[in-house]
Amino acid sequence: MTTNIYNEVLLDHNLHPLHLHELPCATCSNEGLNPTCGDSLTLHLNIENGVITDGSFTGVGCAISQASTDIMLDLIIGRTPQEAKHLGHLFGKMIGGEITDDELEELEEAGALQNISKMPARVKCATLGWKTLEKLLDENT
Amino acid sequence: MNENLLSKTNFPVFEVYNNLVYLDNSATQQKPKQVLDRAEKYYREENANPLRGLYDLSVKATDAYENARVTVQKFIGAKSNREIVFTRNATESLNLVAYSWGRANIGEGDEILVAISEHHSDLLPWQLLAKEKGAALKYLDCDISGEYTVDALKNALTPQTKVFAIAQISNVFGRVNPIKEFAEICHANGTVIVCDGAQSVPHIPVDVQQLGVDFLSFSGHKMLAPMGIGVLYGREELLDKMPPFLSGGEMIEYVTREGATYAELPHKFEAGTVNVGGAVGLAAAIDYINELGFELIEKRENELTELAFGEMKKIPHVNIIGADNAADHHGILTFTIDGVHPHDIAAVFDSENIAIRAGHHCAQPLHQHLSVQSTARMSLAFYNDEQDIRRFIETLKTVRRRMGYDD
Repeated sequence: MTTNIYNEVLLDHNLHPLHLHELPCATCSNEGLNPTCGDSLTLHLNIENGVITDGSFTGVGCAISQASTDIMLDLIIGRTPQEAKHLGHLFGKMIGGEITDDELEELEEAGALQNISKMPARVKCATLGWKTLEKLLDENT
Repeated sequence: MNENLLSKTNFPVFEVYNNLVYLDNSATQQKPKQVLDRAEKYYREENANPLRGLYDLSVKATDAYENARVTVQKFIGAKSNREIVFTRNATESLNLVAYSWGRANIGEGDEILVAISEHHSDLLPWQLLAKEKGAALKYLDCDISGEYTVDALKNALTPQTKVFAIAQISNVFGRVNPIKEFAEICHANGTVIVCDGAQSVPHIPVDVQQLGVDFLSFSGHKMLAPMGIGVLYGREELLDKMPPFLSGGEMIEYVTREGATYAELPHKFEAGTVNVGGAVGLAAAIDYINELGFELIEKRENELTELAFGEMKKIPHVNIIGADNAADHHGILTFTIDGVHPHDIAAVFDSENIAIRAGHHCAQPLHQHLSVQSTARMSLAFYNDEQDIRRFIETLKTVRRRMGYDD
């Protein structure tokens, strides 16, 4: 039996995502694919003068991938690509079950996904947005 | 008929997971102790490399293996045991047909017709073959209820259609396709029909001669048997002319530096040391099914399907894929819930110890045809009971609420 991962934070970001929309001003976009379910999402970022000034995502996915991506965009908008990559690294550590309490605090709401580390089948859902971000930043910064 | 065999108490997994509601039977079935005991007995008492050893134990292993083949032959009504090839699973059986028969018989400009609801295992070998040979891969579409009509097939066949591949029961719809009629139409057109029986052979009586199919594939693990044993039935005159698929030991007659002559059917297609434990396990599974009887199996599975279907129809926001009547589902109920992703549906069920499947069920082109990204699926077997269905329904009613909706 699984831990219940569908907590309020996750459900709220899934039902009312702030960043699920097109982004006409985007300077770069990248599609991420989850091969286990065939879901895909496209991440759009507007990077100006070394800062992620805006971001959004489009596409369909499960509650975990949608909420995780929405929370991620909350976290990274207004930060530099380096800071965003650092958060992605911490998120990976959290999913791997090896994060410290201080680091967990840095992840703010993304900490709501900590229990995914106990559900190996859903790890790819939780990390889809972050992996797509990593690739996008590697290619565009 | 032996009603006791319907009971879950024959299945040791439910002693370990005694609260588990297992509704993923189309993916694989649980194993009764009669099957497990038989496979274990082989390894304890009869194990040797069969088909070659010149000593008593090897003869015993050979007998166990060849007797299992005869059990399979009788079970599906094949004319000869030479027509039964043991493989790893239905996927390997279908690959064998595409690589061996397909490479020898399909060329540039020929057409391969595949039903749109085919499992990837009955699609990808044909897709690869078409690319390799410069043949055209065409699809036969079904309507939203999963029905394929005789007229649609007649229209789709051309003088170039060399082969038609279709499952007897789709793993998404659960509907039985009219294979006998399709086989007649194909043969009148000079087209070979390859039928995947992975979802039908465990649930309904299948007789290859009555159906008139040229090839039939199925997997042991979807019908109570161990994983790693599958079957390809092929009409002898076709198998006879086909080149080997895999090559190596035990499939040859004579080998020289320059070439080889191949063993007789069916050994020509069984390279390397074979899976005797799996084969005797499959034979034990067939004995179990025979003792239970398809009459009882179908009655039980149809009653449970009807109960589940009827209750699902009453729940708002639940949409069943395929036919709008229980009789055309044969224990397979694929569904969506408005606003909830199938993977989240499966996770909610898992939190209640109910195993269902979610995703595209290895049938992505079908999901594209139906314009759905993915679906959830419950699939039952005779050893499920009314209590399982009740628990499934009670959980189904709560999914939307648990995902944050008000209704």
